[in-house]
Amino acid sequence: MSTSGSAQATAVSPTSASSQKFGRMRLQEARAGVAMIAPAAFLMLGFLIIPFLMAFGFAFTNQRLISPNPTEFVGMRNFERLLTVRVFPIEAEIDPATGDVVRDEEGTIVFPRARNFTRDNPDYPELDGLQESFSWVRGTTQYTVLAGDSVFLRSLFNIFYFAIVIVPVQGGLGLVLALLVNQKLRGINIFRTIYFIPVVISMVIVSILWRFIYDGNNGLLNSLLGLFTMGAFQPIDWLGNTQTAMPAIMMMSIWQAVGFHMVIWLAGLQTIPGSLYEAAQVAGANNWQQFRYVTWPGLRNTAVFVLITITMAAFSLFTQVDIMTRGGPLDSTTTIIHQAVQRGYQKQDIAYGSAISVFFFLMVLTIALIQRYLTRDRD
Amino acid sequence: MLEANGIRIPTLDQPWDLAEFDAALETLQATGDYEFALDVGMAWTGEWYPYAFSPLMQSFGGDIIDRSTYTTAEGAINGDEAIAFGEWWQSLFDRGLVPGTSQDGADRDTGFIDGKYALQWNGNWAALAALDAFGDDMLFLPAPDFGNGGRIGAASWQFGVSSNSDNKACGFAFIEHAIQDEYLAAFSNGIGLVPATTSAAALTENYAPGGPLEVFFELSNQQGTLRPPTPAYLSAALTFEKALADIANGADVIDALDAAADEINADIESNGGYGFDGSVVGPSIQEDAIAND
Repeated sequence: MSTSGSAQATAVSPTSASSQKFGRMRLQEARAGVAMIAPAAFLMLGFLIIPFLMAFGFAFTNQRLISPNPTEFVGMRNFERLLTVRVFPIEAEIDPATGDVVRDEEGTIVFPRARNFTRDNPDYPELDGLQESFSWVRGTTQYTVLAGDSVFLRSLFNIFYFAIVIVPVQGGLGLVLALLVNQKLRGINIFRTIYFIPVVISMVIVSILWRFIYDGNNGLLNSLLGLFTMGAFQPIDWLGNTQTAMPAIMMMSIWQAVGFHMVIWLAGLQTIPGSLYEAAQVAGANNWQQFRYVTWPGLRNTAVFVLITITMAAFSLFTQVDIMTRGGPLDSTTTIIHQAVQRGYQKQDIAYGSAISVFFFLMVLTIALIQRYLTRDRD
Repeated sequence: MLEANGIRIPTLDQPWDLAEFDAALETLQATGDYEFALDVGMAWTGEWYPYAFSPLMQSFGGDIIDRSTYTTAEGAINGDEAIAFGEWWQSLFDRGLVPGTSQDGADRDTGFIDGKYALQWNGNWAALAALDAFGDDMLFLPAPDFGNGGRIGAASWQFGVSSNSDNKACGFAFIEHAIQDEYLAAFSNGIGLVPATTSAAALTENYAPGGPLEVFFELSNQQGTLRPPTPAYLSAALTFEKALADIANGADVIDALDAAADEINADIESNGGYGFDGSVVGPSIQEDAIAND
């Protein structure tokens, strides 16, 4: 405000005295501005920007968290281990007597173990140290995917699985809730509050509580399902089963975060002028047509915002996993961030943790740019 | 309970062997009186896994790291003996004899006393509570011998003075004062753990001759096995924990142990051997067992 005031003053009387005075004021203002921004800038620099740049540097070394050994530059070694993926065909074992493939008692074709090729086998030096990730069989050949770090490969798969489910379900459910609580009814604020409460509870607490809900023996979820089915339902160990652990975490995550996106949608809904709905009603539009041709176009910018924020949040999944399953069972819930923390701090291999973080940054950046491109304003 | 089911009560001189232990578990499970025949404490994630379960692997003849050089895990954690252990470990869960990784923490703490489990693999810190609950019916049994000697986890707190300290003499004087028998006995009475010397044990309430926990003193003495004393242990312990949890959850035993060996070796390599140069510095776990005989 004072800037525009002094700018006006100079414009009205462009004398040397007033321009000198103006310069002094500018300088004072600049100083005050720097002083005010300094604490925040200092913290951002110290805790965000410098660590971010250091991660890029560490990723190419063998830096450890605590070690008397000096740090050494190791080139791309961390990334090679992280990103090596090969498909290796393994031929079925042939019975030398009959010339047929060997089958076990159940009739399944027997394949030599991948470890015969990946451990101390001089014929396959390029496979040394790779780990079996998964495989599929076609004819008498088993195509085995070998990875430098099969747990990381799994975490990559898990995080995409999580995001692909979470983004549409959480966004859609948020919109439905927003439409429900956007009505002018007495006491509607109570519902808005109820839906929003999980957002303000710490994720750590929510995770611990939901671990009780999902308990395999006498958890709330199993008890309720048993009650509704008159005891016909067999209790499921939700977090201890590779098939159900990730969906269980998804459900809990949606419950926790959907209220936030409901509020964003609600804000978007309230920017749409009521006159548009009145006009639509006069033109004879039914509820669905009103939503399709008035509400949805009016929410375009909100939708882009919701899409991008849910995607970012989904990819950085960590807290729930660390508390509820610690990545298990059998790596079915491990995520990229969980791996980075596990490697970097628990196992004190900062360099490898940094390499994972750098990969994560580039991955999320790419996805964000693609989303920006796809949702750009075409007008 | 064991007598009622016709199971021999093992002694320190003659602990259960693998077949006997397995048969005992199957028998106890078949009684239907217990949810599980044995509780090993899968709920206690973290250091409990290597502390409690690596002695079982060592009793088979495997180990977390090859202790002769401390520079590789290859052949120790994924050798034939370790694989035999892994197959047996997995079978405990497949046969429903032991609660798995999703065991409730509360069940671990009180399940044995509540009668959900027939046997429990636990630390001696839990002994007094169990003794209070069951009295004379509570038995403290030696670890089964799976071929390489019966083994249990062992550890102790160490006192040390930094070589940079300005007050070395003072520090040593304090430590010498603190480790006198009467203070070791006082520690033991206070926290319930096994005292570090025989003469101190005689002064304690629980570990003196005829005391209720006396058995632990000889158990620790004969079966106690240290976890590998190397800086690599920090990372290796986590790798071991993951491998055992994965195997319990149905992972391929050999792949899980191979992955663990790779992981431990990669860590040792990136730390320049942690100060070991690959020369033989001590007995492996199998040589250790032969020496004990």
